[in-house]
Amino acid sequence: MVIALGFEGSANKLGIGVIKDGKILSNCRRTYITPPGEGFLPKETAQHHKENVLIVLKEALDQSQIKPEDIDVICYTKGPGMGAPLATVAVVARTVAQIWNKPLLGVNHCIGHIEMGRLITGANNPTVLYVSGGNTQIIAYARKRYRIFGETIDIAVGNCLDRFARVLKISNDPSPGYNIEQLAKKGSKFVPLPYCVKGMDVSFSGILSYMEEKTESLLKEGHTPEDLCFSLQETIFAMLVETTERALAHCNSQEVLIVGGVGCNLRLQEMMGVMCKERDAELFATDERFCIDNGIMIAHAGAEMFTAGLRMKWEDSFITQRYRTDDVETVWRSD
Amino acid sequence: MKNFELIKQGAEAKLYKGIYLGQSTIAKERFIKNYRHPSLDTNLTKERIKAESRALMRCKIAGIRTPAIYLVDFKRRTIFMEYLEYSKTAKDFIEDYTKLGLIKELSQFFYEIGNLLGKLHENNIIHGDLTSSNILVVNKNNEHNYDSLSELDLVAIDFGLAHIESNTEDKGVDLYVLERALLSTHSVAEEIFPKILEGYKKQYKNGSREVFLKYEDVKARGRKRTMVG
Repeated sequence: MVIALGFEGSANKLGIGVIKDGKILSNCRRTYITPPGEGFLPKETAQHHKENVLIVLKEALDQSQIKPEDIDVICYTKGPGMGAPLATVAVVARTVAQIWNKPLLGVNHCIGHIEMGRLITGANNPTVLYVSGGNTQIIAYARKRYRIFGETIDIAVGNCLDRFARVLKISNDPSPGYNIEQLAKKGSKFVPLPYCVKGMDVSFSGILSYMEEKTESLLKEGHTPEDLCFSLQETIFAMLVETTERALAHCNSQEVLIVGGVGCNLRLQEMMGVMCKERDAELFATDERFCIDNGIMIAHAGAEMFTAGLRMKWEDSFITQRYRTDDVETVWRSD
Repeated sequence: MKNFELIKQGAEAKLYKGIYLGQSTIAKERFIKNYRHPSLDTNLTKERIKAESRALMRCKIAGIRTPAIYLVDFKRRTIFMEYLEYSKTAKDFIEDYTKLGLIKELSQFFYEIGNLLGKLHENNIIHGDLTSSNILVVNKNNEHNYDSLSELDLVAIDFGLAHIESNTEDKGVDLYVLERALLSTHSVAEEIFPKILEGYKKQYKNGSREVFLKYEDVKARGRKRTMVG
């Protein structure tokens, strides 16, 4: 029986959760929301986490009805992510680990997403599309590692969406991507946009520059903001589905799992579903509770590591902004 | 298509095998992808059929062996081309040799892959999607025997993402895409990937130096990305 407490704060979401043998006892979250037209910066985001972390921690413990002495391991996001927010949350994890005298484990954020997705959906050995504000990777498991088959060669897909939302001054509440998704539902006219796929890799910076440059004139020509959101989604999601399909064919896999914040976009899920159906593969996806950054995924991945016997030395409990998915040996997987 | 039977559904297309004008033929049909917007689908399909036929022609002119094109049919979204009967994918070949522990032979094989890529780039042909699934190992004597490297030809296929470009950026990316595909698929690749660079350099000579610089650049871009969130 392992009870794990997980801390996540690598970007603008602060999440803390408690898991007991794969059962979620609590999953609490606060999001730092910026005004329309603005993105979140490290300093202010860290400040937000600092102000909220103890409140969320108390909430997570209260909801779980677990007492600190019952916890077996405390887990925190070691990276990748923004330095200041990561460090702020890691300090708290380190402090409570010392106060309560519990072992501490640093978890790779991307691994957290993958393992949580597998737990929730029951996908066994899927090809994973990991799409968020900072990451775009197509991942498959082989030889004790989550191997990156494809990824963005510049900015992440969520970053492209977020920054396009700023061009149109779309609200960041609850998230720019969610609001683009709602607008896109009302769009109908398809505007051809740059489409950039290189093997299993994708590139979004060209599309973003194009949108930043052309949005004004496209609006003048009679296209609505809804049309632009629709066209952007159709284009970039088609790129993601295409590269995922390529990885699927290359690995002879029959399962697709979508994780990460952009993964709760229903249009992306729908498109991926159609592709899977055409090749008799199965699609697994989760909703915003687990797609969007959360503490429970860190707790769960940490619990898996802890059960497999992994321990971290105190001096290794730092954070790192760069921490690739394939840097981690998946000792908890036996296949 | 009469008398053609489906043999494989790849990521891009369905492959049918049959006889066309008396020749053993592969029909590569880029079927409608229902997940994407119809106008996007039509455009992409047309572009890729064009890209593939152009690149195959360009290879022919440069003396690089590729499947011969018999017919390009835009209406049916299909390219009819030579069926290479006595072949297997480089992916299967590498796995077979890895199981047998033939590392020395595999090093030579990687050298040959580098050679092939060097030849493509020398002629400014950017493949755009190089993986071990997209390279065929073909027996020169028309038999199912893959034991001796000297009896084998390497043939690049799947040129749907190909284009003609002389700049080093695209060549660097091409090399990087191949490296990533090999490293993620084959356990042996990490040890012997430098052989690819060696074969590439041997073929492409002076041009390779600048491409290698760009390739290091592209690689660093990948590693330096912070990946927030």
